Amino acid sequence: MNRYYWIVGAFAALVVLLAVGLGLNPRDVPSPLVGKPAPAFTLNQLAAPEKTFSPKDMQGKVWLMNVWASWCVSCRAEHPILVEFSKKVDIPLIGLNYKEVRGDGGFDMSKMPPEEEKKLAWQRANQWLSEHGNPYTLTAMDLDGRVGIDYGVYGVPETYIIDKAGVIRMKHTGPITPEVLGKKILPLIAELNK
Amino acid sequence: MKRWLLLIFAVFMVSTATATDSATEAAIANDPVAEKRLQGLSEELRCLVCQNQNIADSNAELAQDLRREIRGMIKAGKSDKEIIDFMVARYGDFVLYRPPVKGITLLLWGGPIALMLLGLLVLRSYLKKRARRLAEEERPLSADESSRADALLKDNNAS
Repeated sequence: MNRYYWIVGAFAALVVLLAVGLGLNPRDVPSPLVGKPAPAFTLNQLAAPEKTFSPKDMQGKVWLMNVWASWCVSCRAEHPILVEFSKKVDIPLIGLNYKEVRGDGGFDMSKMPPEEEKKLAWQRANQWLSEHGNPYTLTAMDLDGRVGIDYGVYGVPETYIIDKAGVIRMKHTGPITPEVLGKKILPLIAELNK
Repeated sequence: MKRWLLLIFAVFMVSTATATDSATEAAIANDPVAEKRLQGLSEELRCLVCQNQNIADSNAELAQDLRREIRGMIKAGKSDKEIIDFMVARYGDFVLYRPPVKGITLLLWGGPIALMLLGLLVLRSYLKKRARRLAEEERPLSADESSRADALLKDNNAS
């Protein structure tokens, strides 16, 4: 009899282990960048192409960086939440447009001159924001995705919270849900702004 | 039958298509030594978009970008370690197919060995018990037992 308890116990433990494993999100890879200074970059701005943006411009502020692109389907799902957020919360929300043209997959990049890529990227990004609303304080254009690599971007949309000292405090991969916003992002912002 | 043939044909088409893709990629690169290093490095690195492929096999956008980055770093004279560190700094240990042994990966590395040891212990105790049981069964009957058995047999015959 004793021995059956043992087997049932082992089986139950296995079930629990597998159930927990199924509940985890395999895309939720812990980022090594959390707790590290936000990587530096200088990119042109969407609204004012002659101006550039660098994370160091935000020194002394708590800010969010949201990686997006017009071809990214999940970004569309997340967008209304960001628009709502920008109306309610007075915190800079910087957009990082990630591979607007190259990431689309519908263009033969070997045949596209850089000037044309630039023009197309600006045009597409602007159009998307005018259609869906613009929650961003400004958007920086990462045409070739190199800045994305520095930030460990692998699945757009991604969102970073950066503190006053320029350290990344949180990274969220995938669309922001009301739950993530309410339970993780807003409390963290409140804490960092203390 | 026809459907099977069609399926095999389709699979064949897909595999040749990817083969030519990587062939053109190889043709673009002109330095065989650098290409070999790129190949070796990208086989060690996981593609985070399609997590069960390394970035040598994956044709995901990100894998292509990362191969481009690695190629650039090889050209810039970076060592393999520097290149791997570059990736780990951005994507974490998860990007490595052979993660380093440390606190958080201890279960990953030690788990299989622990399970095997546990299995061996269970096997040993089972074999011991079995040997004891067999010895018990094969032991000749004691005088007391054989007289009882005789009595029982006699009883049976009588009735």
